[in-house]
Amino acid sequence: MSNILAFAETRGGELRRAGLEAVAAARVIADAKGGQVHAVLFGTAGISKHAAALGAHGADVVFVVEHAGFTHNNPEAVSATLADKVKGGYAGVVLAASATGKDVAPRVAAKLGVPMASDVTSLTVSGNGITCTHPGYTGKVIQTVTLTANPAVVSVRPGAFLPKENAKAGAVETLAPSGDPSASRVKVTETAAGNTAKLDLGEAPVIISGGRGLKEAANFKLVEDLAAAFGNAAVGATRAVTDDGWRPHSDQIGQTGRLVSPDLYVACGISGAIQHLAGMRTSKTIVAINKDKDAPIFKIADYGIVGDVLTILPVLTEAVKKAKA
Amino acid sequence: MKIAVCLKRVPDMDVKFKIAPSGKSVDETGLKFDMSDFDGYAVEAAIQITEKLNAGEVTVISLGGDVVQETLRKAMSMGAHRAVQLKYDGTSVDSYAVATALAAELKDGGYDLVMFGRMSIDTAHGATGAIVAELLGLPCVTAISKLEFDGRTAKMRRELEGAYELVECALPAVVTIDEGIARPRYPSLKGIMAAKKKPLDVKPAQLPAERLSLDAMALPPERAAGKIIGEGPDAVPELVRLLKEEAKVL
Ligand SMILES: Cc1cc2nc3c(=O)[nH]c(=O)nc-3n(C[C@H](O)[C@H](O)[C@H](O)COP(=O)(O)OP(=O)(O)OC[C@H]3O[C@@H](n4cnc5c(N)ncnc54)[C@H](O)[C@@H]3O)c2cc1C
Repeated sequence: MSNILAFAETRGGELRRAGLEAVAAARVIADAKGGQVHAVLFGTAGISKHAAALGAHGADVVFVVEHAGFTHNNPEAVSATLADKVKGGYAGVVLAASATGKDVAPRVAAKLGVPMASDVTSLTVSGNGITCTHPGYTGKVIQTVTLTANPAVVSVRPGAFLPKENAKAGAVETLAPSGDPSASRVKVTETAAGNTAKLDLGEAPVIISGGRGLKEAANFKLVEDLAAAFGNAAVGATRAVTDDGWRPHSDQIGQTGRLVSPDLYVACGISGAIQHLAGMRTSKTIVAINKDKDAPIFKIADYGIVGDVLTILPVLTEAVKKAKA
Repeated sequence: MKIAVCLKRVPDMDVKFKIAPSGKSVDETGLKFDMSDFDGYAVEAAIQITEKLNAGEVTVISLGGDVVQETLRKAMSMGAHRAVQLKYDGTSVDSYAVATALAAELKDGGYDLVMFGRMSIDTAHGATGAIVAELLGLPCVTAISKLEFDGRTAKMRRELEGAYELVECALPAVVTIDEGIARPRYPSLKGIMAAKKKPLDVKPAQLPAERLSLDAMALPPERAAGKIIGEGPDAVPELVRLLKEEAKVL
């Protein structure tokens, strides 16, 4: 069997970009093996409305698993259902390396008794398995690993595999969950928004990040305004800032925070400590605004402005608004 | 409460790594080592639980050569009560193989809670904890930033991208620890002295055959040196021009 299963991640009834990225990565393997991509979509009644988007982005078949037990994340039921489906004859399963995907992937691997690769940034298929590259050592070393077991379990780094539209519509089938999803031992009682930004760090092509140079929590408004001017931007922060409670922990970018690779990363009042760079150095274009011309952030920034972030940000926001208009 | 914390010894990341001649590992000459960041948070969280309850015991477990004893002693100098070295002189990048060896040790330990960091910062697969949970048949919650107990129920906060979840499960359970739960303490001199007398068992580890092979390690391409385009708000028009015309992100 050369078909690949993809986990179509959702949250709050909405399909996440992570789900489309998993399909895009699954396509790479399936195309090399001459197989199909089958996506599995979990949710409560009505979630099937997202099947069309999955089909339009490369899923040949979309299996819809509808159950009240999928109101919140349900990693036990999701991983059991995915593993059982894979056992029916698939060469691999692909998930996004999001918080949810990273939670589910190892469970699936363990249920199948196979190893897995996480946070994969590129994939090739060869005679003896699936070869993946993946950044380790806080992004300072790129590791190449080959999964020789069949099926293979892979999670892919957000932003590494871009969803592509295709003209075909996928077939839609229903799938029964394995076991009773309402009986999972791990119960999510609430899912809450951690910040006010509409886009999250894993999905946004642009990230505007703030550091202690913003002086106080209230000044993050300037960062949010710039993100709003871009329209496709999320807001990030340094650990100094999340430690001080100016921003939620989930906004932290770096070695012990989120690892991101947006098209544009704007570092506002951020010194560029090595632990912060670990999370964002793979961004395609980096802009730094800092009043200290010797700040380490300038060493990795493509474009730097030396000066007071509090006076520069409002001007930049207006200029971006104008450029976008 | 009986708690186990599995931890990994990793190089200090604040350096420019060199790749060893084999092309399959980093050159360890001159590197400093410590427990992986998230494991440090797990050790601290475990110690705080036993301190708060004024009862219980924290066992720290690490798989590796004799060098891991240093890391285990450090955890004991922070306040862990005992340690187990699962002696394994090779290196493994296969989370499934490592989890199998850890699960064999944890299986009959009678632990109420087994803790891991959410990922090791060297191989960074973030899979070992959840695989161990599956092998032991225990419930598992990953990447938690808060942990409280209501009798035998663990109540946790789990970080998502831009959101969080409140999660519950009954003990015994396996959890993996994110940042934010507890900042690791520095061992006191008294702690360091006490750790020398704490028990450290050495047991042979059994790993199944690896099905994940490490083919190569390489340094990522260097970023081209950037440029400072100007000072203050006056530099904004030039930045916008470059973002539009050169970087094409506007
Ligand atoms: C184990 C470990 C893990 C860590 N993990 C992370 C992590 O994941 N992410 C992370 O970010 N950090 C992490 N850190 C912390 C990291 O070392 C730095 O302390 C942190 O990144 C600094 O944040 P900052 O740049 O906001 O603050 P600071 O270092 O205080 O820098 C503030 C900067 O703002 C500039 N500035 C001040 N005022 C202005 C102004 N008016 N206009 C313009 N510029 C101004 C200053 O010149 C300075 O460069 C970690 C540390 C450790 C030890």
